[in-house]
Amino acid sequence: MSAPTIAPGISDEVRELANQEYKYGFVTDLDTDVAPRGLNEDIIRLISSKKNEPEWLLEWRLRAYRHWITLTPPTWQHVSYGPVDYQDIIYYAAPKPKKNLGSLDEVDPEVREMFDKLGISLGEQERLSGVAVDAIVDSVSVATTFKDKLAEVGVIFCSFSEAVQNHPDLVRQYLGSVVPYNDNFFASLNAAVFTDGSFCYIPKGVHCPMELSTYFRINAADTGQFERTLIIAEEGAYVSYLEGCTAPVRDTNQLHAAVVELVALDDAQIKYSTVQNWYPGDADGNGGVYNFVTKRGMASGKNSKISWTQVETGSAITWKYPGVVLKGDNSVGEFYSVALTARRQQADTGSKMVHIGKNTKSTIISKAISAGHGQNTYRGLVDMRHSAVGARNFTQCDSLLIGNDSGAHTLPYIVVKNKTGQVEHEASTSKIGEEQLLYCRQRGIPEEEAVSMIVNGFCREVFKMLPMEFAVEAQKLLTVSLEGSVG
Amino acid sequence: MLKIKELHASIEDKEILRGVNLELNAGEVHAIMGPNGSGKSTLASVLIGRDGYQVSGSVSYEGQDLLALSPEERAAAGVFLAFQHPVEIPGVGNMYFMRTALNSLRRQRGQEELDPVDFLALAQERMKLVEMDQSFMNRSVNEGFSGGEKKRNEILQMAILEPKLAILDETDSGLDIDALRIVANGVNALRSAGRSMLVITHHQRLLDYIVPDRVHVMTAGQIVRSGDKDLAVELEANGYTSVQQANAGRLAPVGVAR
Repeated sequence: MSAPTIAPGISDEVRELANQEYKYGFVTDLDTDVAPRGLNEDIIRLISSKKNEPEWLLEWRLRAYRHWITLTPPTWQHVSYGPVDYQDIIYYAAPKPKKNLGSLDEVDPEVREMFDKLGISLGEQERLSGVAVDAIVDSVSVATTFKDKLAEVGVIFCSFSEAVQNHPDLVRQYLGSVVPYNDNFFASLNAAVFTDGSFCYIPKGVHCPMELSTYFRINAADTGQFERTLIIAEEGAYVSYLEGCTAPVRDTNQLHAAVVELVALDDAQIKYSTVQNWYPGDADGNGGVYNFVTKRGMASGKNSKISWTQVETGSAITWKYPGVVLKGDNSVGEFYSVALTARRQQADTGSKMVHIGKNTKSTIISKAISAGHGQNTYRGLVDMRHSAVGARNFTQCDSLLIGNDSGAHTLPYIVVKNKTGQVEHEASTSKIGEEQLLYCRQRGIPEEEAVSMIVNGFCREVFKMLPMEFAVEAQKLLTVSLEGSVG
Repeated sequence: MLKIKELHASIEDKEILRGVNLELNAGEVHAIMGPNGSGKSTLASVLIGRDGYQVSGSVSYEGQDLLALSPEERAAAGVFLAFQHPVEIPGVGNMYFMRTALNSLRRQRGQEELDPVDFLALAQERMKLVEMDQSFMNRSVNEGFSGGEKKRNEILQMAILEPKLAILDETDSGLDIDALRIVANGVNALRSAGRSMLVITHHQRLLDYIVPDRVHVMTAGQIVRSGDKDLAVELEANGYTSVQQANAGRLAPVGVAR
């Protein structure tokens, strides 16, 4: 819980890297359609009409808004930041399309260029890896690749807005079924103003033939990003879903309040991986994204399985607890996380596993790395209800501290109302020891390489859960984020 | 190859080394013996560049000022320490670690790096020296290793990295007789005209296996006596106190623990 002292042995070379630039920090000059600042029912009506939504959805939004105005932001989390002026945020910003898109080839060249710069190709023929991408800029989905190919096997992968138009019954059935509009302050805000996101439906018995991926990009200034993702895996279906995020360098804070809902029916499996690299703010803590996100999976069917894997290196402040409600008998929930806080970053993150069904099983592996002035708090809930006969949980929280000014904290909540429940919790806090660094350096390994090697070793358990391509990316990201902060 | 002159080292105002003088020629094996707290391990630490000591005096290594180099530069120059307490590095594979180390050294020396296949062949050959099998290489660095396995792993690294100056810090401590024999055989196989060794130990036992060219006795931060291998036998018989008494006139009374 305390911040031990270490590492006088950090060299000047490493310190010089301390203010390494955030390489995704560019701004693209897009012609953007923006709503006036602030939030009221008219703004919500505007968003809803811009998106040509059915009446029931507008009603749902307004219910959420009316609930939200009765709430106050949560204060229990172990982070500190000034008050957010919710009336000073732009709730709708969309890159203006040059014309209506007939095909992917007609994606605005500036948008395409922006994604190229991010290393994400929106041209299907250019992608070798067989990953379908839904690209979201500010509030709106700008392109979804491989749609037709996926449709052949019955998989629906499109933007949320399209799903509302083309699959309204599915959306109506599942929207808010896992994260209701009144779940919490940020989830209510999201329900009121969400503008787009990804929608994904895997029909019964289908093993989704490629990785699905959403790439989020905040571009416009002073906008909040409120996307909503809904993934439904029918009986016996399987899907692996990847999510990546970046934002430009800006000296003001940007709010990202997303909601992700996953539904797994009998024998279905959803694997959800995130590599989050929102702009973390500068070395003095100016700017950066507030990442206040509600992610939850409902393992509603028997033998269903939901896995969250996340590598979080960005954001000024992170507040998220991806969880699984284990409702179906024998269902499985997993959470594998690497969270890095460097510079002045703060994270209060962890997982919630709610055991309802019999013989449900959950695993939480959390690796927190704090460097610079970073503060990292693991907060997790394991809740075993009366009905959860034979439920089991294993939790392991490891924290690694680098430098004298970082902190790591572990706050596990365990509620067991069932005599047959089994809960194991292991926690460790270590620092990159002078001893480990010296050992590596004595063998000839330069200091910065040694730090990266030790940290990657620390995270290996989580990295191996990521899809191959992502794992390599995550490893690089961690190395870069770390180089920028040791010392 | 190594000339230590009037080497002093202190930590938090406690002087531990109080003027060490030592000369080691290429290909020689010298043993440093002495009681607990006499400064033997501190000498090793100062030679590899561990942080936290105030150091004065000079250490010339192949004509270079060793004390001016960073730990990794010293490694690249051929200095190796078999640690007394090798640290564990969870999640980092032993094989990967050794390959990274060797390639870092090669890079610093302007040599071409070894690819994983060539490295594997090299490692397998050297593993025979310390009777280790492949399963060691697939584990994380020192994680869950027994005391003896850790020491063998140190000697394996020495065999792979091929240093010019190897310092063995209490490599015999915690070893049973079989492990001691394996480690000593490994070390002896690595003796060569171009490689010098500094063997730090409490016990004469190790020196039955690794026969030194010179033996130095260190007490209270100084080398108080030097001799050939028979000195070790004499010490075993009479203890360090005899040496300390013989030199009592030269030394200020100290009780520094390290």
